[in-house]
Amino acid sequence: MGRNDGSVSKDRASQPASRAQVDGASAIPHPSPAILNYVLHLADNGLVLAQRLGEWVGKGPVLEEDIASTNVGLDLLGQARLWLAYAGDIDGRGEDELAYFRESADYRNLLLVEQPNGNYADTIARQYLFDQWHVLLLAELTASGDARIAAIAAKALTEVRYHVERSSGWLIRLGDGTELSHARMQAAIDASWMYTGEMFAVDAAERCLVDAGIAADAAALHAPWIAAVQSVFAEATLAVPADTWSQGNGGRGGKQGVHTEHLSRMLAEMQVLPRTYPDARW
Amino acid sequence: MRVPGLPDLTDAAGTPRTAPESEARGHHGGAAAIWRALRGVVDPEIPVVSVVELGIVRDVACTDGECIVTLTPTYSGCPATRVIESDVRAAVGRLTDAPVRIVTVLSPPWSSGWIAPEARRKLAAFGIAPPRHGAPNAARPIAFARAEIRCPNCGSRRTEELARFGSTACKAQHRCQDCLEPFDYFKPH
Repeated sequence: MGRNDGSVSKDRASQPASRAQVDGASAIPHPSPAILNYVLHLADNGLVLAQRLGEWVGKGPVLEEDIASTNVGLDLLGQARLWLAYAGDIDGRGEDELAYFRESADYRNLLLVEQPNGNYADTIARQYLFDQWHVLLLAELTASGDARIAAIAAKALTEVRYHVERSSGWLIRLGDGTELSHARMQAAIDASWMYTGEMFAVDAAERCLVDAGIAADAAALHAPWIAAVQSVFAEATLAVPADTWSQGNGGRGGKQGVHTEHLSRMLAEMQVLPRTYPDARW
Repeated sequence: MRVPGLPDLTDAAGTPRTAPESEARGHHGGAAAIWRALRGVVDPEIPVVSVVELGIVRDVACTDGECIVTLTPTYSGCPATRVIESDVRAAVGRLTDAPVRIVTVLSPPWSSGWIAPEARRKLAAFGIAPPRHGAPNAARPIAFARAEIRCPNCGSRRTEELARFGSTACKAQHRCQDCLEPFDYFKPH
């Protein structure tokens, strides 16, 4: 983050620390870089995946799926705005500044969600593997000791439960479908699998937040996640890939700002307008 | 206070079961008039039900020289949220010169169970099947469990889901197998 390398800009430092009214009672006695990173991680997962899903607009395989994938994206974008507003209250930047003026190395999303859309099986694989994790994470976060994190998580949870129903449904339709759809679904799962290990990695800074009762223990989500995945895959007649080497493990992944090449390309498109015309207004 | 151009929507049936406390108290003249005015503010995407009937107005409070309206969003990304805020602000502004402040709360999260009974009837009459009661948040096995949704056009219970999502964030697409009409279903949430 900019604040960690000492390059706090003047305009950033001079901005008011508080703007959002959302559950405004949340006190931040000691604004912590670790909390900021964690909230950005929650925000960026939704923001980046929403942008990817938005790339399907007008190109969905059927009209209903065009609408569905963008509606899921809309939910995730709405959730990302709530998280970004919180992050902005911690460090003084507005949600638009956080979304449009951070470089890829400042993004804290999982590597999985920045992967390109590929074919529809690739999109569904990415969505299901994320949704199944997301729903477990949010359920844990509803008990966060940070009241604002708990409130946003509870709000998002009702929406994400619906997301995982849809993505698991498609996984089963395609996996237990035709020979071609099964082959593509399995290939998509196999290709995405190396990005799933990172979802359960907890670095030292995050471990402190877990111990403080603020963050959910992502490592503890693996058992319920793999149980749900095995159950859905069985119905989908898909094989669970063997756990081998995993991208982003060992403290060098999306949560630490070490991304795949795909993110910077995606951000270039997402950020071009406000960066080219910084004063543009709707 | 005068409420110009607004219908008298004071029927008890329209009161959501989450009827916020300040309305139930009803003693404060200013807040009561604002509640009445908000019963004339409709959801821009479902223009037959008011924001009060949808359960998104959580509180109205008039204090020293300020009116505070507390709203909660239906869906995090609902594009109607901004329009609703501006419509609420305008409706309250017609009643008072005091500054109007909109406060957004997330907790407890909105549920389709908060939609008032009268609003459910209005939704059906408008062609939108109201959300099923029950426990939409209960842990259940994945998909495919077909809920029984009544067709808002012919009343048949032989209906099927076409898509999990529809024209707005709060709706799914269904179809009646008897009259063959497609219809919107308000998602249980």
